[in-house]
Amino acid sequence: MGKLFSKENQEVFCNPLNLNNPIAVQVLGICSALAVTSQLEPAIVMGLSVTVITAFSNVIISLIRKSIPNRIRIIVQLVVVAALVTIVSQILKAFAYDVSVQLSVYVGLIITNCILMGRLEAFAMQNGPWESFLDGIGNGLGYALILVIVGFVRELLGFGTLLGFQIVPDFCYENGYMNNGMMTMPAMSLIIVGCVIWAHRSINKEEK
Amino acid sequence: MEHMISLFVRSIFADNMIFAFFLGMCSYLAVSKTVKTSFGLGIAVTFVLLITVPVNYLLQMYVLGPNALVEGVDLTFLAFILFIAVIAGIVQLVEMIVERFSPSLYAALGIFLPLIAVNCAIMGASLFMQQRVTMPETNSQAITCIGDAFAYALGSGIGWLLAIVGLAAIREKMAYADVPKPLQGLGITFITVGLMAMAFMCFSGLNI
Repeated sequence: MGKLFSKENQEVFCNPLNLNNPIAVQVLGICSALAVTSQLEPAIVMGLSVTVITAFSNVIISLIRKSIPNRIRIIVQLVVVAALVTIVSQILKAFAYDVSVQLSVYVGLIITNCILMGRLEAFAMQNGPWESFLDGIGNGLGYALILVIVGFVRELLGFGTLLGFQIVPDFCYENGYMNNGMMTMPAMSLIIVGCVIWAHRSINKEEK
Repeated sequence: MEHMISLFVRSIFADNMIFAFFLGMCSYLAVSKTVKTSFGLGIAVTFVLLITVPVNYLLQMYVLGPNALVEGVDLTFLAFILFIAVIAGIVQLVEMIVERFSPSLYAALGIFLPLIAVNCAIMGASLFMQQRVTMPETNSQAITCIGDAFAYALGSGIGWLLAIVGLAAIREKMAYADVPKPLQGLGITFITVGLMAMAFMCFSGLNI
């Protein structure tokens, strides 16, 4: 067990959460990050789905990496990912139908999420299954983290709720507080992600 | 015919791939540094969309849809795998054909062609097309025949081209602006795209 949780493996797992965050630093997988974050719940579901799919596709590709011909590796990777996404999408439809309707085509678009292809190409093709699994989980959670932050801000300011429960008390509305309808528009998610990246970069520079 | 024109115009402005659905964001942000290269990528995306959407439309109508291939069988859950296989295959094919018949275009498109296989805009257009074929014919977004599929693909491609060339032009000018250090590069780009998306929001009521 000692080897399984060695120092390098811890780094593989922890780096993507902060220093090497897939969205804020590597700029991967932006498309779905922006579209699903108008409320917190779909953001969490999307983050978890991407984490699971990244982890398992990393494991599968890393197991068969030596037998994939180099020329057609992209198609092989895409088929593995597409199969996993199909499974996840069917599971969502069965157990969380409301959320899967909200996510609509963006579940299918996990296939073309650059995080997956990026991690498969950059990590799983060179490393063993266990490291790849950790790398997938780490990157997925790093992605989920940003999604949750953006979803949190947008739902709180745009609807005054979190996960559907009202947070802003009634007397605020009676005294003239208004929900910011702008926050529910897609355009604001871009600006919030921009601000998150801004904050992330100024904090990490102080550490250096 | 009117329906086709309306579909075409709407998919450029109101349903713009970038500003309304955030599809193809990764390459959009990565390649939009100069107008020249972003124009090349825009043309390549339009080209591939024009082939893949109609092909996937035929697949959806004659293979995947309910009762299409075998009476009483609904193969819609296979859509992800089939669509992505078609896209990856066609991109490879287009690459070979362009290389054989027009070396100058091939040189201009360069690295972008293979990257298009994992561009969310391509997959997204096919998935939206799949949603739209089930809409009633009176809906202004419905896709009812192969001509509509062509119009939708062309409009989406041109909308994407417009968006990326616009951003590239702004970024070229922004090189001379005094942006706070941690915001430079990615952060300010996000905020710029957010403001562009807000400007495009005024097209959302467009009705023809």
